[in-house]
Amino acid sequence: MLLTRILKNDLGGQLLLIALLITTVTVALLNLAVPEGHALHISTYTVTLLGKYLTYGLLAIAVDLVWGYLGILSLGHGAFFALGGYAMGMYLMRQIGDRGVYGNPDLPDFMVFLNWQELPWFWLGFDMFWFAAIMIMLVPGLLAFVFGWLAFRSRVTGVYLSIITQALTYALMLAFFRNEMGFGGNNGLTDFKDILGFDLQADSTRVGLFVASALALALGYLSCRYVMNSRLGRVAVAIRDAEDRTRFIGYRVEHVKLWIFTFSAILAGIAGALYVPQVGIINPGEFSPLNSIELVVWVAVGGRATLFGAVIGAIAVNYGKTYFTAAIPELWLFALGALFILVTVLLPRGVVGLLQQLKRKQT
Amino acid sequence: MKQLDQVRDTFNRDQVWRFLQPRPKPNELDLSHGAILYLESISVSFDGFKAIDDLNLYIDAGELRCIIGPNGAGKTTMMDIITGKTRPDTGSAYFGQRIDLLQMTEPEIAQLGIGRKFQKPTVFEHHSVFENLELAMDSDKRVWPTLFAKLSDEQRSRIEEVMEIIGLQKQSSQLSGSLSHGQKQWLEIGMLLMQNPLLLLVDEPVAGMTHQEMDRTAELLTSLAGRHSVVVVEHDMDFVRSIARKVTVLHQGSVLAEGSMDEVQNDPRVIEVYLGE
Ligand SMILES: Nc1ncnc2c1ncn2[C@@H]1O[C@H](COP(=O)(O)OP(=O)(O)OP(=O)(O)O)[C@@H](O)[C@H]1O
Ligand SMILES: [Mg+2]
Repeated sequence: MLLTRILKNDLGGQLLLIALLITTVTVALLNLAVPEGHALHISTYTVTLLGKYLTYGLLAIAVDLVWGYLGILSLGHGAFFALGGYAMGMYLMRQIGDRGVYGNPDLPDFMVFLNWQELPWFWLGFDMFWFAAIMIMLVPGLLAFVFGWLAFRSRVTGVYLSIITQALTYALMLAFFRNEMGFGGNNGLTDFKDILGFDLQADSTRVGLFVASALALALGYLSCRYVMNSRLGRVAVAIRDAEDRTRFIGYRVEHVKLWIFTFSAILAGIAGALYVPQVGIINPGEFSPLNSIELVVWVAVGGRATLFGAVIGAIAVNYGKTYFTAAIPELWLFALGALFILVTVLLPRGVVGLLQQLKRKQT
Repeated sequence: MKQLDQVRDTFNRDQVWRFLQPRPKPNELDLSHGAILYLESISVSFDGFKAIDDLNLYIDAGELRCIIGPNGAGKTTMMDIITGKTRPDTGSAYFGQRIDLLQMTEPEIAQLGIGRKFQKPTVFEHHSVFENLELAMDSDKRVWPTLFAKLSDEQRSRIEEVMEIIGLQKQSSQLSGSLSHGQKQWLEIGMLLMQNPLLLLVDEPVAGMTHQEMDRTAELLTSLAGRHSVVVVEHDMDFVRSIARKVTVLHQGSVLAEGSMDEVQNDPRVIEVYLGE
């Protein structure tokens, strides 16, 4: 079977998917089937929080794919995440219909507020879910493709590439901050009502989104693992370790980079699309360069080039962040910086590397 | 500058526009005049320093050619030009009669059938010996076919055959990063064999090898000549003497002398710049 073939020799992946399955089923049951007030009940708040972590896990896999395996340190993956989120947000805005503050059935509230008379052309079609679903993948994918085509063809690598990915996400942030762009300016898109006809405030919808995130993470993991198990995956690692040498045995390095980079951006877009209905808002802050740097820290903490390590890192760091920002918010950035330095110096292969080392010592 | 040349080229009225000319395929390699590689009046300078200076060199199909020359003579740079890594300032480089190497990228040149072993052995350190050979294997190297590629029995036995030739069967699943220097050299030669190229460029193959290993390398390279054309750059004179039929001496970026080992060794200019040191 395909599944067993993909997960052969991948103990970490097997454990991750089993843990994911158990958590998803348990959490869903404890939220829906156990009455509120019961000791075992899991609140909808927690379900949504976990769902958010899972979308971060998917995003981290996308980053690990290009950084861990291909050696491209992208500091702009937050942009693809945010674009997927905006595409989903536009669909959710259109679902509001005439239930907005101004009650205008044709225009979202912020456009009425700006005195716009009609819907801009790039909002057309977003009232249909299938169209939005395509855009969620197409927009980040296309941006990554064009960006990658230009950057890889001119052989921009290393630090320079990282800097222009930062510039990319920064430029997008500035653009999305502007009201005339037509994406709600600095308020972004919010006040969503329902998705596919289901009330976004309902517990069952929240659980549904949580399960969808778990499913997306599992499928994303499996497809990345499939790619990395293939010969193309070995070519990717070859490019990471000796790019020139790979060229001289006849591989078109630029093309390999371009396709994997684009695929990774699409995964990030899907993660963003699942994130937005759970947190209920998308605004230009998601494009902030700092967000993209944080992603890299997740992957570094978990352990590069393992895929499951990225998920562990994303969940662990975000759990810490949730805790920290509630307890001592002003320290979070320092904690993040310290964490990054600690990991780089003490755990160059992340938590997963540490576990592997401990296991080896035992045997 | 390149753009300017392209514009000029477009106004050249005695030939069909270059982009309309059919791209020759490797199996159409035209060897009708006996030579597989033509380098003509090639010059290259780095920041004003002429690394290659009006170099002319012809390699015959099936020939085994040794190239010697003191450090910095431009031997590696010459290989860089043939494989598309460095673009010369002037001159022309043809593979067979028709294929203009200067118009092609590194992977295209590799696909045409020019394989290269580097002076500093570079293998993929995080891949096993087997995987290194698999990656080098002559196959469809575009993205999608590579994603869905499966190793056929034939290909697997070819890899095993090459592992036997290079004496690394036992290390098949060992990471190549943990091999010794000499073993890495052999692995690179193995990767070259897997590509099954028409022309092999071998830069200092025996550096770091024991005498026994050297003998085996000599045997291997001579056995390749005939079916393949082989260009070997080497400093070790004993090694060169053991395989050489025709020797070219490079000095300051151009050919100083060419002939059999004895002729070359007795050439007073060669003695002066090189052997006499
Ligand atoms: N990319 C480069 N930039 C600047 N100078 C270069 C470059 N590549 C080569 N050179 C110079 O060109 C000259 C020829 O170098 P090359 O490596 O071809 O010599 P070689 O004959 O292979 O020598 P060796 O026997 O030491 O390997 C050297 O002086 C070298 O410093
Ligand atoms: Mg050299």
